[in-house]
Amino acid sequence: MDHKNLRKEYPDGVNFLLTGVGGQGTILASNVLADLGLALGYDVKKAEIHGMSQRGGTVISYIRWREQVFSPIISKGEADIIIAFEKLEALRSIEQIKPGGLLLINDYAIVPVTVSSGIFEYPEDEKIHETILPFTSNEFWVKGLDIAEEIGYPKASNVVLLGALSTLLGIEEQVFLKVIATRIPQKYYSYNELAFQRGANSIIG
Amino acid sequence: MKRLLSGNEAVARGAWEAGCSVASGYPGTPSTEIMETFARFPNVYAEWAPNEKVGLDVAIGAAYAGKRTISTMKHVGLNVAADSLFYVAMTGIEAGLVIVSADDPSMHSSQNEQDNRQFAKFSRIPCLDPADSQEARDFTIAAFDLSEQFDTPVMLRMTTRVCHTSSPVEMTEQQQQIPTKGRYPRNTAKYVMIPVNARKRHPIIEERIEDLAKYAESFAYNRVEYRKKDLGIISGGVAYQYAREVFPQASILKLGMVFPLPVEMIRSFCENVEKVIVLEELDPFIEDQVRLMGFDIYRPNHVEKSDTYHTKSIFPITGELNPEIVRFSAQKAGLLEFTLKKDGESINLPLPARPPTLCPGCPHRSSFYVLSKLKVPVNGDIGCYTLGVAPPLSTIDTCGCMGASIGVAHGAAVAGDQERHVAVIGDSTFFHTGIPALINVAYNRSNVITVIMDNRVTGMTGHQDNPGTGFTLQHQATVQLDIELLVRACGIEKVLTVEAFEVDIIEKTLKQWMKEDGPAVLITKEECALLPSARKNYLPLLVTDQCNGCTVCFRIGCPAILKTEELDPKYHRPLALIDQKLCTGCEICAQVCPRDAILFRDQVITQRKSEEG
Repeated sequence: MDHKNLRKEYPDGVNFLLTGVGGQGTILASNVLADLGLALGYDVKKAEIHGMSQRGGTVISYIRWREQVFSPIISKGEADIIIAFEKLEALRSIEQIKPGGLLLINDYAIVPVTVSSGIFEYPEDEKIHETILPFTSNEFWVKGLDIAEEIGYPKASNVVLLGALSTLLGIEEQVFLKVIATRIPQKYYSYNELAFQRGANSIIG
Repeated sequence: MKRLLSGNEAVARGAWEAGCSVASGYPGTPSTEIMETFARFPNVYAEWAPNEKVGLDVAIGAAYAGKRTISTMKHVGLNVAADSLFYVAMTGIEAGLVIVSADDPSMHSSQNEQDNRQFAKFSRIPCLDPADSQEARDFTIAAFDLSEQFDTPVMLRMTTRVCHTSSPVEMTEQQQQIPTKGRYPRNTAKYVMIPVNARKRHPIIEERIEDLAKYAESFAYNRVEYRKKDLGIISGGVAYQYAREVFPQASILKLGMVFPLPVEMIRSFCENVEKVIVLEELDPFIEDQVRLMGFDIYRPNHVEKSDTYHTKSIFPITGELNPEIVRFSAQKAGLLEFTLKKDGESINLPLPARPPTLCPGCPHRSSFYVLSKLKVPVNGDIGCYTLGVAPPLSTIDTCGCMGASIGVAHGAAVAGDQERHVAVIGDSTFFHTGIPALINVAYNRSNVITVIMDNRVTGMTGHQDNPGTGFTLQHQATVQLDIELLVRACGIEKVLTVEAFEVDIIEKTLKQWMKEDGPAVLITKEECALLPSARKNYLPLLVTDQCNGCTVCFRIGCPAILKTEELDPKYHRPLALIDQKLCTGCEICAQVCPRDAILFRDQVITQRKSEEG
């Protein structure tokens, strides 16, 4: 396969930033994107941080596809694509996005203790949208968890988002699914396939 | 064969390919996955030791016995193992010994950001510093060869960014066959470090490091990349990646071995480029040595800090580097022109912080809730339970390093501090370095109350087995250490083991002990809520209409307890709500609720049955 459009749209390769809260499956999603980059013929680096921050904290990973990748970290304004598995975390990373870059948001909130204990307020959707606008209007919201729950497998909300991404990037379903299949247990594959397809279709219209 | 591996996986892979057959270490972010990966290879012995010093001694014994061996730890683990590092630097080994130190610039999961390249120089051993996963694998193999060629342990210095970044690695399916050595060495002049022998060994290791410096001139992983000659960058470790990213046209001297340094190579590089800078993370480790060699390093006209403090004049001495920091520092130093690119947008909305917290259902929460009510000074330790410091529990007053809690509490007590001192320590940390401190409390009779929070696993680093779990690294059944018996054997007479969720018993016991004299130990036992066996028992609790928004349940700091928009009609306080996706049903909130407005598990089951009814 060739993905001429991808290479035309992103001539210097693609920088992804994935953000979410510990336990949301960002690690699986970033593994899949790293494998996919290799499958598409790029050099790849995938960076993440383990340890203390995982206990209910923000989890960020970077995936870079390029002819040759040096720095594993993406600087401010250099992320071509941000996938936020949690709405608030989309805002926390938004300064990293390239002007007009692609932002994919899981329409799902995990309320931090600083909100539940009454110190802060969780921003309204409209406020989130307004805050994002100066950075990019290329913004897509996907009900990842709702869709995953509908198909009876809530854990696959991350794969729903990957499905949505495949539509936005014009990457063939089979290429993507082949990579996903190597990263998940066989017995859950059909759920993940369905989650992926529902995610892919969620973008149209 | 090419595969995507993290730096840690690549080290394990390299060790296996190099014919390494023994590994011992202690879990610690960012090093943990090296051992976990290595243990899965065929024909190897791998173990979790109770601490890094034991791990390194084990590795040394195996290397004396003629097996290629690796010992893994995080940077601060090498402080614990330093005694062993310094003697094995003196004795050398019979077969390759690689010591992995995983440093943590920016302290993603650590109490300091010490630069362990200094330990290599301090103990006179070579140090290899990989910049990506391919190098992590290649350098590990090279380290074993170097170790045997020069009869020295070798430090493989990793950093968080290299450990936890994945990139493609070219590797082989071949495992080197290491010839079996003869019997265990009977070479007292080399292996018995009594003064008379040690004095003879010292000149040998000084010569060894000089020989290594000569070897470094032709070491395959020290290389020069000439591009434009107006700027030359000397770099090692992950900083090399930032050098390539930010200065694509610059010439680079890439040092795979950062100690000892190749003087002639550096001289020739300095002569061939107009100006030279050193780009490295943390300490000016290479920079200081290059200056001492007498070579001119470019200095900006405007140096922010005086030279008396440190010699890093361009790049920050603190924190992890990244392209943005490197670019900014280089611009300030006049090495790069300030780009006219307009600064990116900034976000002007205050965002709710999402600090790490004790998880819903964490068995540590109950003890911290009680301690927060008692308002006594609490000396903490290293593990998930350090998060007891976070509001609203706000219960930890000191925390320094593994095993420090009990000794520090004892120190405060014997100093005559008027308050009753408490130490809190987890099971694995107690085995690591807590035991000698507890022996000291018993031996020297201080009033310290120690709470051993036994959550049946090494939690923070991701659920490693330890001597208390009854399983080995490979999950084979083994003896299970009895903490209470051990505490008694240390000389503590007042010991009680309780279930960690029993708020009342914990409170009564601690209150009673506060009134009495002498050391005491409370063991709170309950498995970590994230263990698969615990997950099976999750049962979310419910708040009834008895709730009047009194806020007591908010004070336990559980992420599963939310404030609703709904206000109590009488007091206008927000009512509590339990997040059904997060609650595990530990019942701590139900126990502390003064109005019995939170249903216990039994009550939830009964209510559900009647609803289905």
